[in-house]
Amino acid sequence: MFDALSDRLEGIFGRLRSRGRLSDADVDEALREIRTALLEADVDVSVARSLVSGIRARLVGEDLSKSLSPGQQVVKAVHEQLIEVLGGETLRLTYAPAPPTVVLLAGLQGSGKTTTSAKLARWFRQQGRNPLLVGADLQRPAAVEQLRILGEQAGVPVFSEPTDPVAVAEGGLREARRLGRDVLIVDTAGRLAIDEALMDEVRRVSGAVSPRYTFLVVDAMTGQDAVATARAFHDALELDGVILTKLDGDARGGAALSVKEVVGRPIAFASTGERLADFDLFHPDRMASRILGMGDVLTLIEQAEREFDHDIATEGAARLLEGRFTLEDFLSQLQQVKKLGSLGGLLSLMPGVPKELKNNAAIDDEQVAQVEAIIRSMTPRERGEPGVIDGSRRSRIARGSGTTTQEVNQLLRQFKEAQQLMRSPGMLGGMLGGGGRGKLAQALAERMGDGTDPASGLEALGSGGLGGGALGGGALDSVLGGPRPSTGVGAPGARAGARGRPGSKKKKGGRVTPKGEGGRSGR
Amino acid sequence: MLVLWIVLAVVVATLVVGLVVAVPRRTRARRGAESPSTPTATIERPRAAPPPAKAVSPEAAAPEVAAPEREPVPEAEAPAAPAPELRERMGKTRGLISGYVRSLRSRSSVDEEAWDDLEEALLRADVGVATTTALLGDLRARVHNGELRGADAVVAALREDLRRSLDTTSGTGLALDGERTSVWLFVGVNGVGKTTTIGKVARREAAAGRSVLLAAGDTFRAAAAEQLEQWAQRTGVEIVRGAEGGDPSAVVFDAVQRAEARGNDLVLADTAGRLHTKVNLVEELKKIRRVADRPPGRVTEVLLVLDATTGQNGLTQARQFLEAVGVTGVVLTKLDGSAKGGIVIAIQRELGLPVKLVGLGEGPDDLVPFDPDEFVDALFE
Repeated sequence: MFDALSDRLEGIFGRLRSRGRLSDADVDEALREIRTALLEADVDVSVARSLVSGIRARLVGEDLSKSLSPGQQVVKAVHEQLIEVLGGETLRLTYAPAPPTVVLLAGLQGSGKTTTSAKLARWFRQQGRNPLLVGADLQRPAAVEQLRILGEQAGVPVFSEPTDPVAVAEGGLREARRLGRDVLIVDTAGRLAIDEALMDEVRRVSGAVSPRYTFLVVDAMTGQDAVATARAFHDALELDGVILTKLDGDARGGAALSVKEVVGRPIAFASTGERLADFDLFHPDRMASRILGMGDVLTLIEQAEREFDHDIATEGAARLLEGRFTLEDFLSQLQQVKKLGSLGGLLSLMPGVPKELKNNAAIDDEQVAQVEAIIRSMTPRERGEPGVIDGSRRSRIARGSGTTTQEVNQLLRQFKEAQQLMRSPGMLGGMLGGGGRGKLAQALAERMGDGTDPASGLEALGSGGLGGGALGGGALDSVLGGPRPSTGVGAPGARAGARGRPGSKKKKGGRVTPKGEGGRSGR
Repeated sequence: MLVLWIVLAVVVATLVVGLVVAVPRRTRARRGAESPSTPTATIERPRAAPPPAKAVSPEAAAPEVAAPEREPVPEAEAPAAPAPELRERMGKTRGLISGYVRSLRSRSSVDEEAWDDLEEALLRADVGVATTTALLGDLRARVHNGELRGADAVVAALREDLRRSLDTTSGTGLALDGERTSVWLFVGVNGVGKTTTIGKVARREAAAGRSVLLAAGDTFRAAAAEQLEQWAQRTGVEIVRGAEGGDPSAVVFDAVQRAEARGNDLVLADTAGRLHTKVNLVEELKKIRRVADRPPGRVTEVLLVLDATTGQNGLTQARQFLEAVGVTGVVLTKLDGSAKGGIVIAIQRELGLPVKLVGLGEGPDDLVPFDPDEFVDALFE
């Protein structure tokens, strides 16, 4: 289950075993691969250079000859180095002795300041605070209007007036005091770091309200320009932190590393979608994995949890465990899974998947569309009882889906095979439990952590007391049993892509469980 | 075999999510204010180490704090300002490659350090590792076989290679249909400048004597239609809007119908920013294109709006949008900043997608046709 960088490094270090030690040339080659990976991830050229030097120093000390997989060991070392640079602790906010605590947002045009302002406002509300939003972007058409609408969604009032940004900020401060709001969030207009007049303006806005926190809002897909921009804003405003946006895309996000190195302030928050709820504290370990192109299982699971209709998910899982999982169920679960982007991410989590299939989006989408078309061409009865599909039905299905009868056959056969595989003790257990070694298992453990017992999960699904049920005792035991590891770091694997728009949460009849987590409200 | 894995993947996902969701997460109360004794290493302000503020009791209902006044919208201005020159506006820090080039020229021969410097210059311009390696590899070979001698020759050859990579025989004009109502669709990820670009294009086309209609196809983002409406007023063109949260395809359809009825030459269709990774949103965009392309309309341009600050992800964006809706050209925005936009080189080389227009500011006249010579010259000056 290696990713591209790891693969490349494995190639280099494969020679190690025969020679017993690394030559300087080997090390150099490895470091070049690492540098390339960082640059492809948009890490600043100088930052990449200094990182690689640091890694070289680490490698010199390491004894890789004894390692079973030196490539992986090196990647691990790189990963740790990145976490160090990106992290430290997550941000802990403190509040001003005399309210309001003022937060100022600045950044380039289009970086996501206005949406982030509203998200921050909502976040502060969740902390039990009473924020006020200030719309100080008077430059962009309808920017204040946008903030008003978002403010309403967040349940936070918005102040603005058509004067000038400095006056608006001052007015906002007065208003916050008047209303007794304890947090003031000031949204400003996007501006180029090289525009002296506008940088001067934001300096004056800052001067007018003396923010406790000034955050630079940075788009995760920013390239080499990140450093120049960050430096200029830092010089002008003295930043306290950075907020990284649009992490729901597939940009590797090297800008995060560059900005952190250059500005030396924490990345405080991560924005992972267009909904106000898509906002959380920043996780350096997950970001490190992402930059190295390793994806992040934990985020994928969290996103799945967010995007999937919970009722459909729990019902699907229950039916699966009871051995009643049909093509109809498969179809509805497939719709959910599609919200996560390509299946490549999921495939890379599973043991034994041939390399060509992993993270190869093109193959995925075509095949998935075909599978879906075939199932849709079946009648509900056929989906429930594939046994009734005879020759003429097969032809009809093939015609309706634009496929051949062979392809229809193949699907039916492989679905049946999959069902059997799922019942075998090794497979499911291996993937989910596996003595806790598997990526999925680790991430699952961390997600469910804090002493939560997976058995209660299965019980909650209504399958408690299955005993030697359809899955076979073996599978169940290996899922339930086995020691769970202590919290693991986001592991290699998936490319996280999640849906930003809420669909309506459709419920199927007959709920399996009482609604535990509650519905997600969002835009 | 793949089908099997697909099935298994879905099954695993089902099970995992089902398990995770069925167990209520133990919510760890998020901490807000910390007690002063707890070290807050990362962001404690040096000037303040006081006890936390008392929580203010929540208001019953915070009143609307300011009368919702619309910002005064400027009347449609006569197109007066001349289009800014690309070279002038392309960021004040444009001396990037030139700095390296100067130091290169000061050397007698092209040594390893020189190659490193050239590589760094290209990488910093977001040209990307693969393209940079290809360009320099080719130059190295030509130095090796004696075709290129000396630093000056190498630099000149690099300029030429870059220029040629960007040259587009199809030109930077935007296509119009003679018979049907032309539709130019503007697509791209969030925050790149689609709506502003439409405003600029509207200005340009109106000035050229064409009758333009705007379609507020972003029905998702708060106040997106309002934003485009202000551009409509500013440029003196009409706009078709729909209900917020409504079907964007319907808006575009309505716009095309209206354009046909009123005899407009051109519909400029805005769409919501969307990440190419979101399958359902890409499907939505495909539908918008299909609807717009039905008679009486015809989609003659699908313009991918790309932010010049974007790094390597720009290539991925271009690839995905090209595959999804058949992009015909790129509009490179925010090139008046410090970013170089070098990713367009890879986009042209690998996907054959030309840059047609360049955005150089937030005003209605800040739009110029793309000129490969100027673009490369600006990098080298």
